[in-house]
Amino acid sequence: MKDKLSRREFLKYAGTGTLAFAVLPIFDRAALAPYLSGENGSQVGVLVDTTRCIGCRACQLACKEKNNLPADAPTLPPNRTFPESLSATTFSLVEFRRVGGDDQHPEIRPVKKQCMHCLEPACVSVCPVAAMQKTARGPVVYDAEKCIGCRYCMLACPFNVPKFEWDSANPRIRKCQMCADLIEQGKLPACVQACPVQALTFGTRAELIAEAQARVSGAPAKYIPYIYGLNEVAGTSFLYLANVPFDQLGFAVNLPDTPLPDNTRQVLEKLPAVAAGIGLFLGGAAWWNARRARHE
Amino acid sequence: MSNLFSDLMNLAFLFLLRVFLPLLILTAIGYLAWRFFAPQEAIVRRMSFSRFMLRLREHPEFRVPELSAKAYFILPIIVLIWIAGAGVLIARFFWGLGAVTALNDAVPWGLWIGFDVMAGVALAAGGFSLAATVYVFRLERYRPILRPAILTALLGYTLVIIGLVIDLGRWYNIFHVLWMWNPHSVMFEVAWCVILYTTVLALEFSPAVFERFHVMWAQRLLHKIIVPLVILGCVLSTLHQSSLGSLYLIFSLKLSPVWWTPTLPVLFFVSALAVGLAMVMIEAALTAGALKRRLENDLLASLAKPVIILLAIYLAIKLGDPLLRGTFATLLTLNLATAFFWIEIVLGILIPIAIFSTKKGRENPSLRFRAALFVIIGVLLNRMDIAVFGFYDYTAALGTIYFPSLGEWVVTLAIVTAGIAVYVAAVKFLPILPDESPAKAHALVE
Repeated sequence: MKDKLSRREFLKYAGTGTLAFAVLPIFDRAALAPYLSGENGSQVGVLVDTTRCIGCRACQLACKEKNNLPADAPTLPPNRTFPESLSATTFSLVEFRRVGGDDQHPEIRPVKKQCMHCLEPACVSVCPVAAMQKTARGPVVYDAEKCIGCRYCMLACPFNVPKFEWDSANPRIRKCQMCADLIEQGKLPACVQACPVQALTFGTRAELIAEAQARVSGAPAKYIPYIYGLNEVAGTSFLYLANVPFDQLGFAVNLPDTPLPDNTRQVLEKLPAVAAGIGLFLGGAAWWNARRARHE
Repeated sequence: MSNLFSDLMNLAFLFLLRVFLPLLILTAIGYLAWRFFAPQEAIVRRMSFSRFMLRLREHPEFRVPELSAKAYFILPIIVLIWIAGAGVLIARFFWGLGAVTALNDAVPWGLWIGFDVMAGVALAAGGFSLAATVYVFRLERYRPILRPAILTALLGYTLVIIGLVIDLGRWYNIFHVLWMWNPHSVMFEVAWCVILYTTVLALEFSPAVFERFHVMWAQRLLHKIIVPLVILGCVLSTLHQSSLGSLYLIFSLKLSPVWWTPTLPVLFFVSALAVGLAMVMIEAALTAGALKRRLENDLLASLAKPVIILLAIYLAIKLGDPLLRGTFATLLTLNLATAFFWIEIVLGILIPIAIFSTKKGRENPSLRFRAALFVIIGVLLNRMDIAVFGFYDYTAALGTIYFPSLGEWVVTLAIVTAGIAVYVAAVKFLPILPDESPAKAHALVE
């Protein structure tokens, strides 16, 4: 099994454009400084080191237990993603991604997926009743009591995380809450507690970025020099390290560095002026035309 | 090319599977039921239901209502649609959206949002522009077609709200938008505007009711506040017609680049203005035909020129924006999205502009009717493209292709036909259409 990426291969990926982001100066402490200070730095998150993951799915099962979710099967098929994707009953899923090899000897990487807990979440910005909230500590949490079930959050999410209970008369949006309740009690999220090989590290964003940077610079041959989640849609609370390009692990690599809510913010900001302008124009026209009608 | 072909085949296959086949089975069941339960005489003579009713009418003891053969044919179908729609809704409210729709986690929004809400709001846009024309710009000659337009708008918005309640997963929480605010959400803004504007429309329409029941004081009160009310209605309409486009701005990563553009709010607003006027033309022609009334031909003809201007602006933004952003090349490759894009440009914009540009096209009722119909088809297609088909590539990548289920179609049809039925009833019982007698027509203008 090949889990190292040679410098030559890395340059090859960079050259083909699959690693367009490889220019990120991750080895440069000065460049990371803005991430380490500031309010975002003190939010909690999880660093997922996919090079350490052994694909045991203890995190997936711990999540089910913590959130009282039904099991998908008595035994999970080895080395195969099961269920196929995140669902209303699976908030945390270990995906098995083929990154190379042939059909007889596929080279497979396990990678845990769940809500990324964006720093500026699209789901929070679009929710008409503020049922989605980004807590001050970091988790993006959902309140079913407020929710009207419009499903705008599902479509707005760049990672396709929120899922819906389609077969319920009283349906909820379901997704990972980063075990916000456990965090409040000073405990670790269930998945982090369950991981037997420390592939999951819980901490503040600043700590996690420093740790990721230390791991990559400590073993440059073991990682590609990129932290997924550092800048994607202006940053996420879950951060990932890997030794293959992230698109091979099923991550979207076309995400902008700007927050998605900016798309609409720019329009919403103009609306008061538009409303006032139209109101004044029509009011003036009504007054003028009424005056003219009286004179005639 | 092969891409377009296979995509169309996928949609056609889903149409057969989800709509045609269930419909075929239901029709067969209905036919067998008729054969089984119908009176012996009807079966022996292989009579259709409408022929049977016509024959039955000859016997006064059965008290069959006096209707034409056409009505005997159409009315049972509409009633069947309503019964089926009620059945689908019962299933939807007891077993969830998944039981009756083709929606899933990859396709959270479908026909009910794309057609019932998006298209419904656009088609109801005739109300505010015509109200401004009469009350703000004092073009009194448009008053005869104002009330039908406001009635259409009021019915349209009521149906949109009904459609939305059906689509909302937790519909019983809908009033949360009133006190659980999120001003960063376009949906929040749209919800408020729709609620307020529906109230404004009800007030704008209420003089017809007060007139019918002779409530003089209310009529006098409304007469005093009608101008500010109309202005408020215009502001609210501008905001939410454009904001329905803004709803889709955040999908920059999922919506096809053919449909996603920063100009979505402007495009939605301009096309809503155009389609609102087209709807006024259509409904005036239909009610004139159905109720044997005189057609306001000059007035309707004079609406054609503003429609040309609006469609031209719409076309200019639609083509100018991709040119300026340098994405025009994506429009020239042939696939499902671009095919629908150019169909909309030709059917919904170029053809109506061409017809309305000629004097005959404006003044000949049937030509004008057809041109207005093309405008409506174009805008319906546009809203469906942005709300449903624009996500085709994105959902296909997730392994899902959406085509509305029979249940979704039935509920949509039931909502539309119910709207038409209420419109017809309102026109019959309330003073909405201009009166034929000159004295009363003058009274309406006052």
